[in-house]
Amino acid sequence: MLKLQAGFTKSKILATLGVLGCLFAALPLWAALGGDAATVQADQVHLQGSLRTIAAQEYSVQEIQSASGTTVREYVTSSGKVFAVAWQGPWPPDLRQLLGSYFDPYIKAARAQNSSRIGRRPLAINQAGLVVQIEGHPRAYAGRAYVPNLLPSSMQVEAIR
Amino acid sequence: MKPLRCLGAFSVCAAFGFSLACGGGSSSNSSSSSNQTITPSGTNVLSIAVNSGPTGNYPDAAFASVTVCIPGTSNCQAINGLLVDTGSSGLRILSSALTLPLTQQTSNSNPVFECLPFISGYTWGPVQTADLQIAGETASSVAIQVIGTSTTAPTSCSDNGTADDTLSTLGTNGILGVGLFAQDCGYPSCPASANLYYECSSSTSCTPITETAAQEVTNPVALFATDNNGVIVELPAASGPEATVTGSLVFGIGTQSNNALGSATVYNADPSTGNFTTTFNGADYNNASFIDSGSNGYFFPDSSIPGCPTNIAVGFYCPNSTDNLSATNQGISVGSGMVNFSIANAVTEFDDDPDDAAFPDLGGTATNMFDWGLPFFFGRNVYVAIEGQSAPGGTAPYWAY
Repeated sequence: MLKLQAGFTKSKILATLGVLGCLFAALPLWAALGGDAATVQADQVHLQGSLRTIAAQEYSVQEIQSASGTTVREYVTSSGKVFAVAWQGPWPPDLRQLLGSYFDPYIKAARAQNSSRIGRRPLAINQAGLVVQIEGHPRAYAGRAYVPNLLPSSMQVEAIR
Repeated sequence: MKPLRCLGAFSVCAAFGFSLACGGGSSSNSSSSSNQTITPSGTNVLSIAVNSGPTGNYPDAAFASVTVCIPGTSNCQAINGLLVDTGSSGLRILSSALTLPLTQQTSNSNPVFECLPFISGYTWGPVQTADLQIAGETASSVAIQVIGTSTTAPTSCSDNGTADDTLSTLGTNGILGVGLFAQDCGYPSCPASANLYYECSSSTSCTPITETAAQEVTNPVALFATDNNGVIVELPAASGPEATVTGSLVFGIGTQSNNALGSATVYNADPSTGNFTTTFNGADYNNASFIDSGSNGYFFPDSSIPGCPTNIAVGFYCPNSTDNLSATNQGISVGSGMVNFSIANAVTEFDDDPDDAAFPDLGGTATNMFDWGLPFFFGRNVYVAIEGQSAPGGTAPYWAY
């Protein structure tokens, strides 16, 4: 279901992945947005899933395939901080677990919307300290959340998916 | 970080779900129909209306009425103000709108509850069975969700966000889900790991369960005796904002003289996701596009269109002047065609006349999906063929228009 950016070609993908180095390790880490990956213990039981880590130069990606079929990716800086999370699949993951200390600000911001015109549409929270975007419908949801000032300098937000 | 091994690039692509599928053909015709016919009343025709809804502030949503009955009795209640939703499957009714004591579904003698996640919130409440009368169609012992209950939602449900369990938060008296699927979660069952279905041994103790398809909240259309292979949503064109636009929800495709597929083009959908593909601005939204009358606008990424500045229209687009755009839809394996659409300034539209509720040019932001919401339906009869059913013109699930 994920799509490539416009203009991406197979050769560009191969080159990009080559630069990333595609290092895999079965690290039992599972952290929340803004949390410290080195100190937060795994909770694969929570998602009943399998996990792998993909390392890049300035960050790594921890990917959990949950039992319900939803893929969760956590983006971790080289210093071990989770700066972004993304998910895709039939049902959303546990957002309190995934967003950590950002869950309550997310709820507060979500409730502040729809104040005058109600409706059902994708959610976009774009605050200086937190971005949350959720979209889709039953059996096909996707979303991502990131902390803008924690992003590595070379990171394009389009890569968070 | 322990470097273990390096996998091939294609494995990485697969792991990330990247699709290298070729964008596919560029077939041509715009699909806006000039000779649209709205089916008048009939036994398989439910009247629908785009208006501001039960709360009076719902833009671009179609509402309808159904009658629910205690199973096997003539003790019935009409429920109006239900959102007509091609993006979900199953009937959901706010407990505050329901006075009838329906039959509670049980598991191990405990009542069954459902938590259905939507975008920023969820609906939580008991699964009950009802006999339904929708226009002249009937369905017996249909599992529905009653939204809102004194039983506390378990954290695995409430962690989805905010509860949409009142008229003011849901904006409707319920949702009439007439989408591509027969069940709301999946066939042959909904796994406990999805955290959708629960049995509750007390008002504070609920445990996820595996729910069989026959027990799941079910698209009522799939349970009709006839006209059960899908629906046609028929709304006339609107030249600009209007207070009310009325149309028809026709049951069955090719089952009666009034619901033929005709010259509509079939676009089949992925049987797992219910998505197809849209190409817009050079980007392929591959298996990430859908036609959803329950979304109140066109929602798609376009960084060139300014978002609206105020909380009146958060999430909507506010271009300086109306943008005329086009995109190409493509079925998973069949169907391709271009769609022309326009995006107007949502704040200007909302402010022009507070009584207006039907906005044919309303749109807003998305991230990686293309959501053809209610405005897509104006001036276009949209066929929704239900999975597992025989329908003319292709293999369901599909859309046709």
